[in-house]
Amino acid sequence: MSVEANINQYRRRFLGQAGVATAAVATVPLTSLLASGSAQAKALDEPASSDNRWGMLVDASKCADGCKACVDACNDEHGLEDLGRPETDAQWIRKVTIKDKATGHIDTLPLMCQHCETAPCVDVCPTGASMRRADGIVLVDRHTCIGCRYCMMACPYKARSFVHEVLENQVTHQPRGKGCVESCTLCVHKLDAGDGSTACSEACAAEGHHAIIIGDLKDPNSDISRQLRASPTRQLRADLGLNTGVRYKGL
Amino acid sequence: MATQTHYRSLMGPSPGFYKLMAGLIAVIMLGMGAAYYMEHNGHWVTGMTNQIVWGMPHVFAIFLIVAASGALNVASISSVFGRKMYDPLARLSALLAIALLIGGLMVLLLDLGRPDRLIIAMTYYNFKSIFAWNIILYSGFVGIVAVYIWTMMEHKMHVFKKAAGTAAFIWRLMLTTGTGSIFGFLVARQGYDAAIMAPMFIIMSFSFGLAIYILTLMASFNWTDRPLGDAVLLRLKSLLGVFVAAVLYFVIVQHVTNLYATEHHAVERFILVDGGIYTFLFWAGTILVGGLLPLAVVYHPTLGKSRQWIGIACAMVIAGGMATIYVIVIGGQAFPLPIFPDKEIIESSFFDGVVGSYTPSLPEILLGIGGVAVSAAVVAVAAKVLPFLPESLSDEVVDASVS
Repeated sequence: MSVEANINQYRRRFLGQAGVATAAVATVPLTSLLASGSAQAKALDEPASSDNRWGMLVDASKCADGCKACVDACNDEHGLEDLGRPETDAQWIRKVTIKDKATGHIDTLPLMCQHCETAPCVDVCPTGASMRRADGIVLVDRHTCIGCRYCMMACPYKARSFVHEVLENQVTHQPRGKGCVESCTLCVHKLDAGDGSTACSEACAAEGHHAIIIGDLKDPNSDISRQLRASPTRQLRADLGLNTGVRYKGL
Repeated sequence: MATQTHYRSLMGPSPGFYKLMAGLIAVIMLGMGAAYYMEHNGHWVTGMTNQIVWGMPHVFAIFLIVAASGALNVASISSVFGRKMYDPLARLSALLAIALLIGGLMVLLLDLGRPDRLIIAMTYYNFKSIFAWNIILYSGFVGIVAVYIWTMMEHKMHVFKKAAGTAAFIWRLMLTTGTGSIFGFLVARQGYDAAIMAPMFIIMSFSFGLAIYILTLMASFNWTDRPLGDAVLLRLKSLLGVFVAAVLYFVIVQHVTNLYATEHHAVERFILVDGGIYTFLFWAGTILVGGLLPLAVVYHPTLGKSRQWIGIACAMVIAGGMATIYVIVIGGQAFPLPIFPDKEIIESSFFDGVVGSYTPSLPEILLGIGGVAVSAAVVAVAAKVLPFLPESLSDEVVDASVS
């Protein structure tokens, strides 16, 4: 056997073994992921459905002055660090205290991405990285965001943050990256896993306030749909006609 | 019988040219270094924040891109509107248009959070986004103007000159409409959200582009010892006067129409009365330095005939133009978003309801100036190797070519 034939034989054997190994490595995590999914969870390859529209109801009358449990929970859940630079630190949810100009009535409330049906951030994004899932959740695709910040110019709620620095110690379910824009994901990883809640709503409930309710706006029997039917609520900047997924009560 | 215009590249060894290039390359390297510093550390080292998301790089980039389309006007007057006198000026006009656009785009690209993802910007399009349209408009502009230059330089292509010039003219109007619409369509911010932004950007481009063109023409002819007569220069400076006046008109219309609606009184008060640096830049920059003073100079019976003063008027138009773009881009962001129009925000951790603060950082300014240097270097190198500049624009030559 010539030297060349020997090399070809080794090459074939090596490629064959490498192919088997690659297939094995690729299959293991997939099967383990499928096995660990909960009964209500959406499979990873299952697309979001327009049969649902995830939304949030904030009851400002129940939101406690001085409490920022929702903010802390969001920061913990998504690994948002306070770097002591408030002008550039990412804030996905914030507490705002407002006073009625005419009556002097004071309200305090959490403010975050309003998950608009016709989201200005989605319209202006040049690459389509800013996108709205079929179930109404507005997200940023971190693989195609080029960091132009046009979405931040367009958002009427100042809901988005730009990652101004190198990030370390990220949480695995929420990959982030320097130079990309980000905002509230409505805890999409929890909703997809079947939790039916977000970190902020759980924290608010744990404090006993229950000011934040998450649910499916298209399910007439969901708690959020019943509450929205029962009491008057409002959208922020309703004049823009964006049909927000986040509604406020008691304002 | 009109005589043929002779064009000549910058021939022979020229220490002046190499000194100019060395200077420009040094400035470009500083700009590249600044971009690397910002990308390596992240944007927290700049003056830009989550409140003021577009800063000094965008002021430079938008100014250069707006001026780019305006720089093409001289060529359009020649090819599209058939004014013979402008024929010898057309090649430099088209070259300057491409050069300014390249400089502006470079600044815009290097300020992205992820400039390494340029290929994504070129391959993923959201056609509802004005930014995406602009990517196509900008690349198309470079291509069409390059073809236009070819039709001007290649004798066999002359028959297509008018067609290419017309296509470039229409394309440049679309391009500036697109640039103005970046702001005009932002309904969320009260400083923008006005359809007048698109035509206002077009008229600003006429003015800024022509000012840069006149300065480039004077400098290149001076440095290469080519005669430049009064006939051309005085015609161009009078045209500049018309454009400057038109910009003032649009600025007045923009603010007066805004003042008609009560909901815009607060933002107008911010820009016109108590907005600090933005109010100062509006009145001192846009109105005085960029408007009234250059108008006074170009129409002054003696100053308007002085080359030095015409140059100063052009520089004032450019300085005023930068101030105008600064007030639009930064001032429009600094004014707080009306998230709760009927409420007063008394507490927020995210600077809601307060005027955003912004101080341009050195790297941002260096990147912007680097873009200007790129534009200048493109013009210098192109004029060195290709016949862009006429041998003479003396009054006798111009008279002979027009008659």
